[in-house]
Amino acid sequence: MRPTVTTRTRASGIAAVVAVLLIAAGLALPAVADRGLIKDLFFILTMLTLAQYWNLLAGYGGLVSVGQQAFVGLGAYGLFGAAITWGMDPVLALPLGGILALIVAVPTAFFAFRLAGAYFAIGTWVVAEVVRLSVAQWKAVGGGTGTSLPREVQTDMTGSALIEALFDVRSAAAQDILAYWLALALAVMTIGGIYLLLRSKSGLALAAVRDNAEAARAVGVNAKRMKWLVFLAAAFGTGLTGALIYLQKGRISPDAAFSVTDWTAYVIFIVVIGGIGTIEGPILGILVFFVLQTLFADYGSTYLLALGLIGIFVMLFAPRGLWGAISDRTGVQFFPIRRRLTLPAKPPGT
Amino acid sequence: MSLDTIVQGILLGGLYTLFAAGLSLVFGIMRLVNLAHGDLIVLAAYLVLTLVGMLGLNPFLAALIAAPLMFALGWGLQRLVLNRVLGPDILPPLLVTFGLSIVVQNGLLMGFTADSQRISAGALETASIDLGPVTLGIMPLLTFASAIAVILVLNWIFYRTALGRAFRATSDDPVTASLMGIRPKAIFAQATGLALVIVTIAALYLGMRANFDPTIGPARLIYAFEAVIIGGLGSLWGTLAGGIIIGVAQTLGAAVNPEWQILAGHVAFLAVLLVRPRGLFPRAYD
Repeated sequence: MRPTVTTRTRASGIAAVVAVLLIAAGLALPAVADRGLIKDLFFILTMLTLAQYWNLLAGYGGLVSVGQQAFVGLGAYGLFGAAITWGMDPVLALPLGGILALIVAVPTAFFAFRLAGAYFAIGTWVVAEVVRLSVAQWKAVGGGTGTSLPREVQTDMTGSALIEALFDVRSAAAQDILAYWLALALAVMTIGGIYLLLRSKSGLALAAVRDNAEAARAVGVNAKRMKWLVFLAAAFGTGLTGALIYLQKGRISPDAAFSVTDWTAYVIFIVVIGGIGTIEGPILGILVFFVLQTLFADYGSTYLLALGLIGIFVMLFAPRGLWGAISDRTGVQFFPIRRRLTLPAKPPGT
Repeated sequence: MSLDTIVQGILLGGLYTLFAAGLSLVFGIMRLVNLAHGDLIVLAAYLVLTLVGMLGLNPFLAALIAAPLMFALGWGLQRLVLNRVLGPDILPPLLVTFGLSIVVQNGLLMGFTADSQRISAGALETASIDLGPVTLGIMPLLTFASAIAVILVLNWIFYRTALGRAFRATSDDPVTASLMGIRPKAIFAQATGLALVIVTIAALYLGMRANFDPTIGPARLIYAFEAVIIGGLGSLWGTLAGGIIIGVAQTLGAAVNPEWQILAGHVAFLAVLLVRPRGLFPRAYD
């Protein structure tokens, strides 16, 4: 018998079953849930998706970006541009949002990768500012003050009429359900995609680059290629998510769509509190964040100040976040990516 | 493009150099990128404003009182927080200073509301010298002169004092420096304290020249960062050149269309990054 390499654990088997059940329940939920719950879940799912992409960048790729709001905004504006200037169906225009983000990500990466280490973070921020200021000059989508999706574009969305008939709800509620289903699909595909990537050979290369770029290069890993891959994938996914968020909101302005607080600070908080560099972390983080947001968001500045302080304390005293603490104590991993070598049992007496 | 526009841009560059000098100092010595740098400038501006308001002081005198307070803040921040996260991994210091940026910004919003403020400098605000084709404001001139003075003093500290020697030694190799009786963590605390003294000078001019509110910090961080990168890491005179390039680009952009002011500065930065990725006068190799 030869030794075998496995990544699966018993917890991951249970997690897979639970995940399938949760997805099924999530799909069926609009039949019983009220509109408020659907909206809350939409928020949770889209923020979770953004957090997973940021975690892919920073936690696995070692690329700390504070400019991801550029791609949220670009995705959203791609969608609005296509819907307003070409009268395109916004659901079909969603991929365009991701593609626009991807296109801008190429020159962004070209510039930002010239900045070593920590300066990369501010470099991405500069690019995000350039994009925000440029989009504010785009008069067709409202310039600096922003605009709304035309009403008929919203009501004629693909699938909207079907959902109205299916659940016997009004047009606005049907749009929320549609957006929620899309968010669920996007979150599942994102988590599944990232998990598969990390378990693949590329994922191993990525971890090697993050842990020691020189050593990784010495064994033949193309570090630069991995960085590009991760950055472009995160930009595309973030853009797609941004487009979906603003499809649901129906109204856009440069200051909101390119907000550092909403699309980067919150996302970083979710990842840091949950546990950076794990897939479980952001999932736990979004739940904590949602509870805090629901209870305290009305406190405005005090709330944000508290979030900042919590983030600092977590980085100082528990840098691996909540999930890191849980995983250290119990050894549980729902999304294991570590490869373990199982040696064949030696026959007795040899 | 009149001569006047360019001269005003050069003088504006003095302000950006003041924003950048502290950032450059901290990065040069401990490789720490402080994402809260801009917010700390705004914090210092509110401190000066409060001292002017409470004690009825002249703003320059108020800054003189604020400077040691800001030094103490920087020293404490480094000792209690930043020293704990410095290390080969760049992630913890970045995330901690990003959190700090949010804390400072929202703390100021709570304490001072979102209303914009200004530090009143009396007749100095509008005083100017008429030189024929250009008119030079006294305030921009003072800012520029202060930027030059800060660079001269920093260069003097770096190359002529024991503290500067310790700074350079720690920057080159903290382990070897500590064998020579230098305690890197204490040196870092002094460096951050010094950086916040420069921040106070920057804040004084920021507050006297224009309105400010708690949310403008991140934009100041970005200008400072651009000036540092254009100049090349480790070169203080390069930082001045970077500040001037951003300043001139902004005034030229604003002369064409007021909405393009900020964008023009960013575009100039990206253009330099494209042609000279290591900046105009690179010194440090890391």
